[in-house]
Amino acid sequence: MVGRRALGAYVVLEVGDEAVAAAPGQFYMLAAVVGWGGGEGERPFLGRAISALFAGDGRVGFLLEDVGPGTGRLCSLAVGEELWLVGPLGRGFDAPPAEREALLVGGGVGIPPLAMFQEAWGGRALLGFRDARHAAGASLLKDAELATDDGSVGHAGYVTDLLERELRAAGEVCVYACGPPAMLETVRALTLAAGVPAWLALEAPMACGFGACFGCVVATHDGFKRVCLDGPVFEAAVLA
Amino acid sequence: MTAFCGIELAHPVINASGCFDALAAREVFGDSLIERFPFAAYVSKTVTLGPRAGNPPPRLWEAAGGLINSIGLPNPGIDAYLETHLPAYAALGVPIITNVMGSTVEQFGELVERVALRDEVAAIELNVSCPNVATGLDIGADPHELERLVTALRPLSAKPLIVKLTPNAADVAACAAAAESGGADSVSLINTLRAMALAPGATAPWLGGGTGGLSGPAIRSIALAQVASVAASVAIPVIGMGGVASGADAAALLDVGATLVAVGTETFRDPAAGRRIANELAQRFAENAA
Ligand SMILES: Cc1cc2nc3c(=O)[nH]c(=O)nc-3n(C[C@H](O)[C@H](O)[C@H](O)COP(=O)(O)OP(=O)(O)OC[C@H]3O[C@@H](n4cnc5c(N)ncnc54)[C@H](O)[C@@H]3O)c2cc1C
Ligand SMILES: Cc1cc2nc3c(=O)[nH]c(=O)nc-3n(C[C@H](O)[C@H](O)[C@H](O)COP(=O)(O)O)c2cc1C
Ligand code: FES
Repeated sequence: MVGRRALGAYVVLEVGDEAVAAAPGQFYMLAAVVGWGGGEGERPFLGRAISALFAGDGRVGFLLEDVGPGTGRLCSLAVGEELWLVGPLGRGFDAPPAEREALLVGGGVGIPPLAMFQEAWGGRALLGFRDARHAAGASLLKDAELATDDGSVGHAGYVTDLLERELRAAGEVCVYACGPPAMLETVRALTLAAGVPAWLALEAPMACGFGACFGCVVATHDGFKRVCLDGPVFEAAVLA
Repeated sequence: MTAFCGIELAHPVINASGCFDALAAREVFGDSLIERFPFAAYVSKTVTLGPRAGNPPPRLWEAAGGLINSIGLPNPGIDAYLETHLPAYAALGVPIITNVMGSTVEQFGELVERVALRDEVAAIELNVSCPNVATGLDIGADPHELERLVTALRPLSAKPLIVKLTPNAADVAACAAAAESGGADSVSLINTLRAMALAPGATAPWLGGGTGGLSGPAIRSIALAQVASVAASVAIPVIGMGGVASGADAAALLDVGATLVAVGTETFRDPAAGRRIANELAQRFAENAA
């Protein structure tokens, strides 16, 4: 690991990686080489799926929030400590259609895929966070409009309130979203009702990240699909 | 080289069924995976007569030193397996072992007969960790039922028949002996141990399937005891598995009588685990010989 900095409630890690660079929405499986295990419940054991935040020039970045033994250990790493890295994995976002404005909707640790999307193709960001400490993550995107649950920064309420407003406006838009399951479910329902195309980067518990275990499935109109292999990005309309 | 039921293998490490999708891995890691295929043989995920969607999510729970899964044997069914999957596996350049499961003797019979017709298949593994729909008992947990099943299947194929034993039985060695008397060429063990987890802060099960199977380092010492006991009770070759993560773990199973070692859960953490473990084993053999 070559870099580490705190960003509000999050930690940004920078890791040396010679492999091909990740595309927006792709992820890696991460584990610390030393001290992986022995945390709460004797975990972590498996690697943790973490989205790429930036990639290139032999480096890849990650945004982490300590929510349990795996992310906790990754957040505690110091520069110079070694990581296991498998990736880049999964199918990320495709470039947006030229005739529509891309709206990037997300929150929490869901913002890395959107940051990479904006860097590659632009797009207007609407981001939601719990509070001001978490909203510091918004600095990873350009000109983001914010919502916070506690109203300390930006709109008091959900980011999906901002999306609703945009969908009511007349413009031709398409939506790219990544965030907690409840947020994505609302994005799916809103865009479907408005007839607006949307792509969602999903999360699922993962054991392998490369299609080996069939553990990470999501229900689609075409049966269960592996989030790590057929996703994590799915078009909202295919989800059941 | 390692000899197993008349099949020549480059080394004694193969994959555990359901823990490595070679076609998905090829898609993710590219053709270099085929050039340096991590296992000496490729064991398919369990195939059933009809297609199965598998259990509803969540399907995974991380336990102390392991994993509880309730995947529920999703597979495309035997028709699609034989038509599209098997020809693609044949390009892997290693012997193919097809793992099948039925819930009656007749279903197993049809599966074995159809797989037996295919030259790409080097051996057939029978997953008997399933309830008999007629009796409700696990076919593989009852020595009498198991012997009856293997006896019925034996004449249907000249290919080696491997019986994958369930560890959820009162006397696994007796089941292994029953498989041998029925005409099995080999037994493999251990499958996952029945296990359960409750959702955090709740009283309901976490897994979509209610219960699941425990694998990984958490079951390593149970696997060693069961493999030792089975290897001491039968004359046919034994494939040992359960929590193997290193050459030392693999060597322990070989030391108590296994001929081959299979790697499952460790592959999730390290896609190249098969090759790494085989290299570590070879190094141990070289050091012991010196
Ligand atoms: C494609 C993808 C990209 C991701 N990107 C990021 C990212 O960029 N940054 C980031 O911080 N996170 C990201 N995540 C989420 C992260 O991988 C998970 O939150 C991870 O499981 C956290 O592990 P943990 O040990 O810290 O917490 P856990 O203890 O695993 O807790 C996380 C959640 O898992 C469940 N859980 C609790 N105990 C268990 C258990 N024993 N077994 C199984 N599940 C349990 C609970 O629902 C809990 O809320 C991503 C996930 C996916 C799938
Ligand atoms: C996710 C997962 C899926 C599995 N699927 C199958 C299967 O389809 N058929 C089968 O016979 N065994 C299956 N198994 C059991 C393994 O083949 C193996 O017996 C067991 O996991 C113990 O080995 P391990 O500790 O190295 O994983 C599965 C195990 C896991 C973890
Ligand atoms: S995490 Fe194993 S198949 Fe997706």
